[in-house]
Amino acid sequence: MTTTEDMLDAAFPAPQPNETSAPYWRALDEGRLVFQRCTACAHAWLPPRDECPHCLARESEWQTASGSAKLISWVVFHHGYHPYFATRLPYNVAVVELAEGPRLISNVVDMEDGLRIDMPLQLAIQRESGVALARFKPV
Amino acid sequence: MRANIVIAGIGQTAFGKLPGRSTISLNIEACRNALADAGIEKNAVDALLVKPPTSNPQFMYGQTLAEAVGLQPRVGGAWDQGGAANVSLIGFAAMAIEHEQCDIALVCYADNPRTGSRHAYEKAWGDDAAYGWFGVPAGYAMLARRHMEEFGTTSDQLGAIAVAIRNHGAANPAAQLRKPLTLEQYRTSPWVVDPLRRDDCCLVSDGAAAVILMSAERARSLGIDKAVPILGFGQGQPSWDVAQRGDLTRTAAEVSGATAFKMAGLRPEDIDVAQIYDCFTITVLMTLEAYGFAPHGQGGPFCADGRLEIGGELPINTAGGLLSETGMPGLQLVLEAVRQMRGDALLQVPNAETCIVSNQGGIMHTHSTLILGQRQ
Repeated sequence: MTTTEDMLDAAFPAPQPNETSAPYWRALDEGRLVFQRCTACAHAWLPPRDECPHCLARESEWQTASGSAKLISWVVFHHGYHPYFATRLPYNVAVVELAEGPRLISNVVDMEDGLRIDMPLQLAIQRESGVALARFKPV
Repeated sequence: MRANIVIAGIGQTAFGKLPGRSTISLNIEACRNALADAGIEKNAVDALLVKPPTSNPQFMYGQTLAEAVGLQPRVGGAWDQGGAANVSLIGFAAMAIEHEQCDIALVCYADNPRTGSRHAYEKAWGDDAAYGWFGVPAGYAMLARRHMEEFGTTSDQLGAIAVAIRNHGAANPAAQLRKPLTLEQYRTSPWVVDPLRRDDCCLVSDGAAAVILMSAERARSLGIDKAVPILGFGQGQPSWDVAQRGDLTRTAAEVSGATAFKMAGLRPEDIDVAQIYDCFTITVLMTLEAYGFAPHGQGGPFCADGRLEIGGELPINTAGGLLSETGMPGLQLVLEAVRQMRGDALLQVPNAETCIVSNQGGIMHTHSTLILGQRQ
């Protein structure tokens, strides 16, 4: 029997890994947040791409993030742009900077007090409709 | 190039809901009106430059439009820079005329996201949609939050921007939204994406606008007596997504504005009236800082206390901008700048001799600046 929850889960806008981003999502699924580091100039980045945006070299390696991060900014959605999220309002979306440098879009979870910019965060990988996501919680 | 090139004609359609009209049809109406305003024949035009519509993006749109208006221009095509493209195309047209690539240029833009698709404004941002990251307002909200937290910018200060612009729009019979706004009303406006309220967000509109450029000499020879000189222009392209930018409170509008001011030989204190791209209130605040009207981080206090209203130190968006006249991205601001410099705007700023216009697109991914002078 299909429940309402199943229908909502069916609508989850799951990531669509491609050849470039598949290692990122596979690692997250295994419990590790990874980023790319250029083997020529050591620049580190996310989201996954084929060339270093700093020196344009094609060679890079995947490294595992320590999970230490800080909060750059955040917003709280009160409008649902997608059926899956329309039933989850309000929810936050944040820009997070890893200690290693790369920034990513994320959610802050397990908040006891309010958020403030530059507050320290720690990686908290959670599953949403079965998909591992790199969320963060205050330290 | 100072004052060698002029805007010799402007035209527009009605703004709001225009069902049953293609963007080609809307473009043609705006161009027809601009030609009539300049008093020139279509066949005098030898450059046709257009910003592609967001509601139905397509390849070779500039050529489709050229066929529909019956022109085979020397210079023509579409340029995608989001909302910065209008002013960037005006700058490009000015350079093309200056270097004798063409004589008379039509720059136009039409869109119909209100009756057509508004997907461009509400779309998922790639795989980040898994985190609930959707739509254009959220990106600007992300910039606004950082500005508020870092500098103490308040919701009321953003509200003062909305109040000024909405009240200007209320005086414009052609405006799509003619509902004045008080700060008290603003405070009860519902959140869209906190910290942005509904009244911080621009309209979604159908409509079109067009401008005609030529050399000042050509305008004189044609007997055009309301030509408005282009004093300066510039661009700056942050380009990267919000999450990838260094300082979220700074934008390449600094570069764009500085380029335009240098070309014009002017400084912010020389500007009498401004038409600042107001897709969201925070955009106005950050652009005014970037242009040097207020120090970095001090845009909040600068925008409060009526400074941006008619009668204030720097009246902005005197026909209602994107928040009130039409959400059409950008060209309506150039039209109002031209009216102010002709001296025949509805809310005319007395003795205004200079007007700055900002256009920008994406989530501050692109920026372009134009400075106009009083009619010659």
